[in-house]
Amino acid sequence: MTAMIDIADARKTFTMHLQGGIQLPVVSGVTFQVNPGECVVLSGPSGAGKSSILKMIFGNYRCDSGRIGIHHRGALIDLAAAEPRQVLNVRRSTIGYVSQFLRAVPRVATVDVVAEPLVAAGMARADAKARAGELLHRLNIPERLWQLPPATFSGGEQQRVNIARGFISDLPILLLDEPTASLDAANRTVVVELVAEKKRQGVAMVAIVHEDEIRHLIADRIVDVTSFAAA
Amino acid sequence: MVDQDLVGQDLADVDALENDQPLLAATSLSKSFGRIAACREVSFALYPGEVLAIVGESGSGKSTLLQLLSGQLAASGGHVSYRMRDGVARDLATLGEAERRFLFRTDWGFVHQDPAQGLRMAVSAGANVGERLMAVGWNHYGRIRNAASDWLTRVEIDVARIDDAPRTYSGGMRQRLQIARNLVTEPRLVFMDEPTGGLDVSVQARLLDLLRSLVAELHLAVIIVTHDLAVARLLSHRVMVMKGGSVIETGLTDQVLDDPREPYTQLLVSSILPP
Repeated sequence: MTAMIDIADARKTFTMHLQGGIQLPVVSGVTFQVNPGECVVLSGPSGAGKSSILKMIFGNYRCDSGRIGIHHRGALIDLAAAEPRQVLNVRRSTIGYVSQFLRAVPRVATVDVVAEPLVAAGMARADAKARAGELLHRLNIPERLWQLPPATFSGGEQQRVNIARGFISDLPILLLDEPTASLDAANRTVVVELVAEKKRQGVAMVAIVHEDEIRHLIADRIVDVTSFAAA
Repeated sequence: MVDQDLVGQDLADVDALENDQPLLAATSLSKSFGRIAACREVSFALYPGEVLAIVGESGSGKSTLLQLLSGQLAASGGHVSYRMRDGVARDLATLGEAERRFLFRTDWGFVHQDPAQGLRMAVSAGANVGERLMAVGWNHYGRIRNAASDWLTRVEIDVARIDDAPRTYSGGMRQRLQIARNLVTEPRLVFMDEPTGGLDVSVQARLLDLLRSLVAELHLAVIIVTHDLAVARLLSHRVMVMKGGSVIETGLTDQVLDDPREPYTQLLVSSILPP
């Protein structure tokens, strides 16, 4: 089977120029693969570099060295060495990311925030909105809120909007940064179901989850990030 | 800004995008005013539909660069080439005055920080928008007026105000009118110099949201100068950070803002006050 994500010996250090140039090693020797239909959960204590690894896979953080291999439109490309335009193309058609917090534009209605990735991928707005509505329904966001911008919602509601937006596309790779952090039990169950559906569709996922219970439910494999502790 | 992918294309378009030619390319662009180098050896390529933000403090050379790129200022060194609608890339310096003016009226837009610079303040809003159409040969009054009202609606200006002069408009309305005037000829490239600069925060948010959707809808290429990193984050795909006339860091917008490398970029990013 061809791995969707193939990371080899990736390394990340922050240089803090405003603090006298101190070096803050984050991770080194990061090496693992993720196959289609598989959910790999990154484990390790806070500060071990889990989110940083996720951001490196998304091209949000740069790597000092190593390779972030991504299977994109039939070829393996190294995101660590890709041009900005390529990274944007990879995000448009290959990698989705559910961040910890929703960062939405003021004034845009919730249903449009969720539908946007599909519209961007060329789907008719009405169809995209219909799919957005289905997902919002499943995630228990009442219909009377759909036309409102999510900025005024509670933390848990915003996170569910964020999850809907992240899960709406049919992208082959999905990165999940604590998708269940501020959710109640019922909505956690919905997220677990959504992850299971993505697996059946062959989506490769990398997730960070703190609750043991959720981790057991979604993880096919656990990668211990402490083994990548930077020297 | 990982969750804000702004530009919409279908997949076939993305393929086309991967293979196509730059719309505008700058090569070793430099400008000196006497002994002062305002712009040093700037090179980059801009592709159709791409939004590039030029950020940096006042005096970093970003406005000079914008003037060089738009052919309003002659470079001391280097050159800018632009791919015309016929597909041929031309060096801006070799264009005649008439050709350059034609570019400015048709294929380019320029949104100034002060709308008074980009509008004719004493003539009606409709005429401000219609004027650019007349410049490209439209002569049917009814059609021009229809196009003008259509654009006023798109920039959220009440059509009932079409016959009023922009000097009777608020700052935010003037800025939206300037945008309508620029976009009515369907340019492929728009230069923007601090377009939200003089506006109240609430007015800014509305304008940014409007710009963001128009840019995506019309597949515009944009070069936007701003000192406001939040504007860069919201609107642009890529950023160039300027300091002392040089580009010191460049890359994907969220990468540069979330993982800044250069000391000056780290200083800029860390200077943002939390909302």
